[in-house]
Amino acid sequence: MKRKVKILKIDLDKCMGCRACEVACAAFHSNPKYSNVNPARSRIHVFRNELKNVFVPVKASFYTSAECAGRPIYMINDRPQSSYGDGISVCGFCGASCPSRDIFKEPDSGLPLKCDMCEDDPPLDEPMCAKWCLVDAITYEEREEEIEEEKLEEMEMGVQALIDRFGWDKVLDAVYRMSKKE
Amino acid sequence: MRYAETGKILEVDLSTGNIEKIEVDPKWTESYLGGLGTNAKILWDRVPPEVEPFSPENLLIFSAGLLVSTPAPAANRTIITSLSPQNSLFAYSIMGGYWAPELKFAGYDKIVVRGKSPDWVYLWINNDKVEIRDARHLQGRSTYETAEAIREELKEPRAQVVSIGLAGENRVFFASIETHRGSASRLGLGAIMGDKKLKAIAVRGTKDINIARPLEFINECNKVLEYINYRLNNPIPGVPPILAYIGSPQEMAIHDEEWHLDSFAWGNARYRRKGFWNKEVEKRWAETMESVRKRLISCYNCPVRCAGIIEVPGLPTYILKCFTKLTYVMAAEVDDLEFGFQILSRAQHYGVDGFTAPQVMAFAVELYENGILTDSDMEGFPKDKKERFFWLLERIVRRQGIGDVLADGVYWAARKIGKGAEAFDHNTIKKHEQVPIKLGMLNPIYYIMWSTGEKANITQIEGQIPQAPLPKEIREEFVKDWIQIPTGKEERFKQFILEWGEEGKVFPFWPPPDLVCELVEWQEIMHYIDDSLGLCAGVSSFPIKPPYHIHNLPLFVSYGAGLDVDENELWKIATRVRNLVRANNIRRGLRREDEKPPEDHWKKRFPEYEKKLMDEYYRYRGWNLEGIPTKETLEKLDLGYVYEDFVKRGILKEE
Repeated sequence: MKRKVKILKIDLDKCMGCRACEVACAAFHSNPKYSNVNPARSRIHVFRNELKNVFVPVKASFYTSAECAGRPIYMINDRPQSSYGDGISVCGFCGASCPSRDIFKEPDSGLPLKCDMCEDDPPLDEPMCAKWCLVDAITYEEREEEIEEEKLEEMEMGVQALIDRFGWDKVLDAVYRMSKKE
Repeated sequence: MRYAETGKILEVDLSTGNIEKIEVDPKWTESYLGGLGTNAKILWDRVPPEVEPFSPENLLIFSAGLLVSTPAPAANRTIITSLSPQNSLFAYSIMGGYWAPELKFAGYDKIVVRGKSPDWVYLWINNDKVEIRDARHLQGRSTYETAEAIREELKEPRAQVVSIGLAGENRVFFASIETHRGSASRLGLGAIMGDKKLKAIAVRGTKDINIARPLEFINECNKVLEYINYRLNNPIPGVPPILAYIGSPQEMAIHDEEWHLDSFAWGNARYRRKGFWNKEVEKRWAETMESVRKRLISCYNCPVRCAGIIEVPGLPTYILKCFTKLTYVMAAEVDDLEFGFQILSRAQHYGVDGFTAPQVMAFAVELYENGILTDSDMEGFPKDKKERFFWLLERIVRRQGIGDVLADGVYWAARKIGKGAEAFDHNTIKKHEQVPIKLGMLNPIYYIMWSTGEKANITQIEGQIPQAPLPKEIREEFVKDWIQIPTGKEERFKQFILEWGEEGKVFPFWPPPDLVCELVEWQEIMHYIDDSLGLCAGVSSFPIKPPYHIHNLPLFVSYGAGLDVDENELWKIATRVRNLVRANNIRRGLRREDEKPPEDHWKKRFPEYEKKLMDEYYRYRGWNLEGIPTKETLEKLDLGYVYEDFVKRGILKEE
């Protein structure tokens, strides 16, 4: 079985720290869409030090609060099977002192933010950060990857059927209500 | 809810330490937009003409434009306004970078600073928390060092900082205010900041900026980005490479400097060196450039990359853009670009204007060569051209010895030195040093702009049109997609390009005065719009065929700020702002006799025709023959209060 994998590639030699990615990300994820901008809510953040010539875009990811994979090409990806493993919050490049660890938080609630590749309906051609990065420091790639077909357990097949019929929300709702009654 | 703007001004009184947050009347936005527009209004309301630049009553206003912090690409300008120490007139200087967006995200459109601190302080704005902090330990430190030190002591690497260096501290009349990626250099605002003993302002903001009509707005942003991309890949044919792209002239990226080096004057704006630029120089200079330029970088939310990070071995790193790469080299009359990059490291860290400082130094060298300044004034003055410039710079920024005289700029220094030094002051307008250009034939368009520009700085009011006739074979092609022309002017302006350079269609008597007026107005108005919205002129009013123009700017204002304006209404607001800036200057004594380029600006002058041009332009603008806006003009622009003030002060007679 093949699966579509979405990847944001970061080329550090091209980044010049303009933060257009932060602007585009924050605007896209505001509610209603594009109704406000606040880079503090962005799911991508450029670490920049002009005098030291350091410009590193880092994106909020799934299993770590931020994830990156070392020079010269950062593979900041969303794969659940990240090369660092599920739940491991240490990445290869910056190690335990990664400065991004605590920045991807909603400024009001403190809840963690994460990149969703700008999921939208209809889908965008590419995530906003890549679209707004005209210098191609951030580029978007889709590729097919071979994965083993997962065999569904008996109960999962049943639940899947319910989901197909009623949709996720209703099924979850029902399970939740039932668990309360228990 | 407020859109695009925060609706709040931070009022800081450094004499008393009082800090207030003021809600701004939304009517102000309708009348003046923001940035330069509302700055001009505040200065008009609160700084009467009796106030001197170095008075505690003088205000120093740091403003973000109306569209700053929206997703509009390159909406990142800080507009700083006060009175210039050089000529006591209304001064505004604009810089890019990251500071203005941070200010908006912290919840403020402007900071208005008044009073004077008894000792060195800096301001720390962290959203709602605002503190005046001790800066005595930062005294004497460079612009860049100050910013780094503040970020470190606040433990906030994401704070954005504006600061002054030694020049500002010592009230050098051409001191700049710097933020890493930008400088507000012209007209000496760094000296005003120094006079108030305000070493820096650090800002950190994490609040929202709202957009009135989100989908329409982002759609316009996407179109602008597409056009930026198109223009970056499609230079205008038939114009010098340095003018063919968008952005600040791309002098960090392009090595072809023939246009600047051939047409601008060397030394104390004395002579042109046509033919200096050749293959050998180009190769040598390109090598120098590449060896010191670490990376091309942009301002906030802009892909154009006008600036370079410059690292010269053994000297502190700095960030540079545009023509300053050449100003010191040409003024010092040296042939290597390396010298330019070396002295700029010092100059940027001290915080001086890269246009004025080299001219002041070239002026001093000329006085010395001519025996007006002697060894007793200049003890230990070196023989080597480069060393002389370093020597002068060190003394100017510290106001040591002759440096104290020179620190007031060419105009005042000439008058203080006397002994005929005034004759060497031949490149100032309104007491302010100009770009060193000395040309042959009077250019009627530029004649009006040099004379009447409120900015006293040509590069900040020109744009849109090529600077010389286009080659015949590309004119048709050029006008085909020239979408930027204001409605109703399309045929006239296209015809201008098509005919310019044909027999009889040359300067000075062509284009006719009425067309001159319209072209000047177009160029100027686009800058006033940018300066009020906080858009970078480099993608808007300055280049040929820019991404922002009079047809999409009203949409940005309407969709972004929820202020529904069309082309005519936006033009009217910009005209109002233009007249209010002028009104400030008129009230401070500016009159027609001040409005003239240096006598030797062109070899061929036509005094009678120039008078006719000026008469015509003043009339076209609705000003009287002294350059004062008339009652009718002011009332048409809802500036009746300006008229009343003019009458009260005897500037206009009551009608």
